[in-house]
Amino acid sequence: MSNRLIVSPSPHLRENTTTKTIMFDVAIALVPASIASIFFFKTPAAMILLISIISAVLAEYVVQKIRKQPITISDGSAFVTGQLLALNLPASVPLWIPVIGSVFAIVVVKQMFGGIGQNFMNPALAARIMLTISYTDRMTQWVEPGVDAVSTATPLTFASDFTSVQSGAPSFVDLAIGNIGGSMGETSAILLIIGGIYLIYRGVISVKIPGLFILTVAVATLLYSGFDIEYMLYHLLSGSLMIGAIYMATDYASSPVTPRGKIYFAVGCGLLTSVIRLFGAYAEGVGFAILLMNTTVPLIDRYTAPKVFGEVEKQNA
Amino acid sequence: MKVFSFKGGIHPPEFKEYTAHLEIEKAKDPKVVIIPLQQHIGAPAEAVVEVGDLVKVGQMIAKPGGFVSAAIHASVSGKISEIGMKPGTNGEILCAVIESDGKNEVDDSIQPRSDLSNLSKKEIVSEIEKAGIVGMGGASFPTHVKLSPPDDKKIDTVILNGAECEPFLTCDHRLMLEKPEEIIKGLELIMRGVGAEKGIIGIETNKPDALEVMFEKASNYKSIEVVGVETKYPQGAEKQLIQACLDRVVPSGGLPMDVGVVVNNVGTSYQVYESLSTGMPLIERVVTLSGSALAEPKNMSVKIGTSVNDLLEQCGGLKEEVRKVIMGGPMCGQAVSSTEIPIMKGSSGVLFFNEEDGDLPEASNCIRCASCIHVCPVYLQPLHISAYAEKNQFDIAERYRPMDCIECGSCSFVCPAKIQLLQGIKIAKNEVQKKKNK
Repeated sequence: MSNRLIVSPSPHLRENTTTKTIMFDVAIALVPASIASIFFFKTPAAMILLISIISAVLAEYVVQKIRKQPITISDGSAFVTGQLLALNLPASVPLWIPVIGSVFAIVVVKQMFGGIGQNFMNPALAARIMLTISYTDRMTQWVEPGVDAVSTATPLTFASDFTSVQSGAPSFVDLAIGNIGGSMGETSAILLIIGGIYLIYRGVISVKIPGLFILTVAVATLLYSGFDIEYMLYHLLSGSLMIGAIYMATDYASSPVTPRGKIYFAVGCGLLTSVIRLFGAYAEGVGFAILLMNTTVPLIDRYTAPKVFGEVEKQNA
Repeated sequence: MKVFSFKGGIHPPEFKEYTAHLEIEKAKDPKVVIIPLQQHIGAPAEAVVEVGDLVKVGQMIAKPGGFVSAAIHASVSGKISEIGMKPGTNGEILCAVIESDGKNEVDDSIQPRSDLSNLSKKEIVSEIEKAGIVGMGGASFPTHVKLSPPDDKKIDTVILNGAECEPFLTCDHRLMLEKPEEIIKGLELIMRGVGAEKGIIGIETNKPDALEVMFEKASNYKSIEVVGVETKYPQGAEKQLIQACLDRVVPSGGLPMDVGVVVNNVGTSYQVYESLSTGMPLIERVVTLSGSALAEPKNMSVKIGTSVNDLLEQCGGLKEEVRKVIMGGPMCGQAVSSTEIPIMKGSSGVLFFNEEDGDLPEASNCIRCASCIHVCPVYLQPLHISAYAEKNQFDIAERYRPMDCIECGSCSFVCPAKIQLLQGIKIAKNEVQKKKNK
């Protein structure tokens, strides 16, 4: 008996949470928004979701096979990247767009930098920006919800560059439930928030980053519009603020690990988003804001290291 | 009642239900005891007996090998059959083997003391030293050394640690229920020994019965207070307990005495009273035997030197194949390669894990979730220390202050990638220490 005993370092107890359960939780949190996108944009949305997820998982498998690395597709992170990318695309894009996006996200942004946990940018977001810059027309052909794919503007077009909401803008109810033009998954603020609450409840993310991100945008737009609450709400509920703040800015690998760092990061995301939306050439600034802040993470982490227990007292002594 | 706590920490499953309700049972007298000559932090004790000598219960068989050391006593009467290297918790260790004659004859030097009130401060500490008492919570630091702070360190408070935050372990819990009076009298002696005016007993709120009993007994003592502390691991860690009970922060690299505090385990306090009143040194302790592979988990009063195998037999043996045997609790305890090892002064528990509990999950890449930072009770960044240690970049690892780690294991516990973070930190600590010693 005794020669079969395992001798391992302490501790000998482990929590049940694994990388896989975390990724599974994120996928679950995105289910309501995914279903809504299929409900609003019908078959094309379903196809884009499917193709995007399959390409992401396949890309990870192939690249790890080629590099003779352990295959980690079962951890679910590639699945989530595919799902997240799909929700970032307009429903009108041809099906090769999600393929290119997923392969870029997984191969270039994630695996080339060392795989899970090592990517300095959120893969899905980086892919969205790459696609927007490379295929601007296709990536900005927003369609109205429904089968007919009538071209439309996104609600942000009615608020960005103005100091008040312009006439002809969709109602708040449509904004909240997602019955508007825009990327597949980013349109329904309420469903994205429900998913976010689930993630907070499960302990996958803390309210800190999304909360401060959204709050900063709220304050900035309020100040800019001279305390026009309607204008502020418009900014919060439209565009990719919710999906960005809840699902992309909270990406572990590309956000700070220190408690204080998370605060600076979130506020920075909010400020940059507001600046780009209000003063920039693009109507939407969430994606660029997060990517820019992603690049500052090593610096933020370095200067926000928590004070070690008893450190202050020692200096005073 | 106000509940006190600290920042960080984890909530592991408790697994205390196996043994929390079971009265302390006296273990059968062992036929042979294997007594390690180093059961404490510090210098090994030096044997004062030879093979063939006849010894009696309570007789000193090894004297302290220095100031930071502790005497070792015979736990049975009989003949020294061997003095040599034997397997222990941390590999082979010098042991004295005594074959019991079954008579348990007590040594003449053991004299009960009816009146403890006239003992001086100095006498209390020297009696504790003579009894070979060490910290019984697991760290095994010689108690008389703890109670002899340098003159410039004034101790105003003694905290008794009744948190017992390690899962599975219930030996302190049972002791508080069954011997509350003795624990409090022991605390009084310790307070007199260091000249402290105040005594605090911190107990986790998951033991309401112990809190109630101790609270009631302590109400007769003006200077002793019982406080409930949050059920959270590592509540029983010295610095965290001080923060919870007194809101004092022990400086980085410092000791509790730097903030005027001495912390002792409730088991140690009980032993102080027992040894000083009966004259019998530390030769027996309460051990929790538990775990998924054990047939009948128990709390047992066990003579030092009894082999784990002897106890296993008395707990009905194994009900499942055992995969891992742990000396101590599951968070800080030591996995051992054999059950042919003796119970020591610091052995609070022996756990027998089945295959499911014993196997460790495979580690994968760090996903930077920051859970380890979130739970670290000393606010370190375990992910960085461990990653740099793994790359042998100890100079960079050192910047993240591994020496402040209290080795509670909370980081490894929460890590979703199942990385052995604590092990990485321990390696970094070791290297930093080596560099310092150069």
